[in-house]
Amino acid sequence: MNTFRPSWQAILCVLAIIGALFTLPAAGGEAAIADSDNLLVALALLFIGAAGSSIGLAAGVVALLLFITAHGAAWMLVTGIAGGEGTAGLSYFLMLTGAWLLAWRLVSVLSGLKLPHKALAFGMRLLVPAIFGVWILILWEAIVRGAGVPFILLPPPSAIAARMASSVPVLAADVSQTIFKAVLVGYVMGCTAGFVAAVLADRFLFLRRGLLPIGNMVSALPIIGIAPIMVMWFGFDWPSKAAVVVVMTFFPMLVNTVAGLAASGSMERDLMRTYASSYWQTLFKLRLPAAAPFIFNALKINSTLALIGAIVAEFFGTPIVGMGFRISTEVGRMNVDMVWAEIAVAALAGSVFYGVIALIERGVTFWHPSIRGG
Amino acid sequence: MRGGKAIPVLTILAGIVLAWYVGTYFMNAPFQRGLNDRRGATPTFSEFVGQTMSQPKPTLPAPHQVAVNFFENTFQRKVTSGQSLVYHSWVTLSSTLLGFLFGTVLGIVIAVGIVHVLALDRSLMPWIIASQTIPILALAPMIVVVLAAVGLTGLIPKALISTYLSFFPVAVGMVKGLRSPESSHLDLMHTYNASRSDVFWKLRLPASVPFLFASMKVAVAASLVGAIVGELPTGAVAGIGAKLLSGSYYSQTIEIFSALIAGSIVAVVLVTTVGLVGRMTERAMGARPA
Repeated sequence: MNTFRPSWQAILCVLAIIGALFTLPAAGGEAAIADSDNLLVALALLFIGAAGSSIGLAAGVVALLLFITAHGAAWMLVTGIAGGEGTAGLSYFLMLTGAWLLAWRLVSVLSGLKLPHKALAFGMRLLVPAIFGVWILILWEAIVRGAGVPFILLPPPSAIAARMASSVPVLAADVSQTIFKAVLVGYVMGCTAGFVAAVLADRFLFLRRGLLPIGNMVSALPIIGIAPIMVMWFGFDWPSKAAVVVVMTFFPMLVNTVAGLAASGSMERDLMRTYASSYWQTLFKLRLPAAAPFIFNALKINSTLALIGAIVAEFFGTPIVGMGFRISTEVGRMNVDMVWAEIAVAALAGSVFYGVIALIERGVTFWHPSIRGG
Repeated sequence: MRGGKAIPVLTILAGIVLAWYVGTYFMNAPFQRGLNDRRGATPTFSEFVGQTMSQPKPTLPAPHQVAVNFFENTFQRKVTSGQSLVYHSWVTLSSTLLGFLFGTVLGIVIAVGIVHVLALDRSLMPWIIASQTIPILALAPMIVVVLAAVGLTGLIPKALISTYLSFFPVAVGMVKGLRSPESSHLDLMHTYNASRSDVFWKLRLPASVPFLFASMKVAVAASLVGAIVGELPTGAVAGIGAKLLSGSYYSQTIEIFSALIAGSIVAVVLVTTVGLVGRMTERAMGARPA
């Protein structure tokens, strides 16, 4: 089928190319003139991408073509603006829009692909969001540098990455103070306490009736506000942050575990009774495994809460190390690239923390329908 | 059996208050003992207990001290005075509500996009879920200070933080809600030759209302936390967060506790209001009370 069927993204991209041709030069300044080859290559790539995606090639070929042209054009634009920051004209942004439209078309094509292998389909589920994430960074970099957004307001990703690379020791010290001391200790203590309280509440009906409404209400409260009190009680170092984390993680664990312990069916419990199993046998062999999905849900919720609690608690006073401390002081000194680096590290740590728990969950609750995919 | 909750809840609350008083005694006793030694005073035990309950800057204030402070600062001051908790709560509440409004609208728009555009679903949804694992609250001080540097101060920066925190739950809940109609219902709409917009307005949107309100409850609580944390770096001007920060500078534990209580009351009122509006909406749409 060699028919000419342009997508709306391709049509708009061609319009952007034409617009860009009429509004040249793309950027002022001396450096930009030397790099004008870059911008012409970008234009050519955009045209190849827009035209090639419209002549009815196989979907896989189109995807590959779009992948190369969209990212090639973006690379040319980002490198071409070097030295001419803040001087980009309409033409530059039209080309950027064109590249972004091609990337959108690429994601649409990839989303619509029917893949024969499960592994390939799984890879595609990772690739599509990855392209999206990369494009956020590309647009961020290209717009910030092209339009010359003040560094204070929003530094480009490349500057943040350079800052991260150049201050590894500081970041490592902050991570070990905040995450390996405050977060982990508080998380383990808070989750354990919540779990024990939940098992007790499950054993004694009176306790459950009293604790559950309170626990549900507390989950809506701004618990983070206890941070100044904890700093007063436990001092500036990490124990006060761990204490905030304990309180923040306690209630989600309590509420979820109580719900999970009620999750096993009456049929299974009757079966355990016919085996003459004791309370503890039923608890360990039936009810706790049945509660596992709920418990892991709480562990996941708590992984984020713990990080937030520890970082925000550091705003109220710390020794001179820690992620929250670094964020609040570097903001005061207007070193925003350091703040962004710290936030990137926090995001990475949060995702790894969550990912580890999710992996353990897959191993422990392998029987659950949501994991088996049944 | 459902009515039998009041007694256990009250018992446990009474237990908490009792434990609080005992804790007050033990946490304030060392300071008071040192004070008495220096003065050479030898109070009896009951006098000593009374002293631990009435320090001006206690380690742990007694419940009645907090209650008195809260009452004074709420009802006995002009609402325009800088010491009134009503004033500070209002400052926090206004940015919470503005941020909540923005966040809800943004969340709904994103959810509609995700449900209708396959490319958005595949590319955006994983990021929305991944963003839940990120401690975004850490951004709060930077947003406030950076926006202040370009001349934007007051309500908007705090509201932006609240927006940021509240749009995730709404987006995720709405996606679930807009996808909740069963395939038989969708097929029925198909047999009516309904257009996509008809399916959206007459089936998907009504079906998503319970999901919307459930996630709005989460979002409004998150929005309040965002507003409080957003007040921390502004240099303690006004709001519950500022009250917490100034209390921690001057070790005024009683002030901190009454600010916390004010924040909790605001949270409960917000969540209850959203729940009530949700129930009224569902009843008006003809849902039967479950």
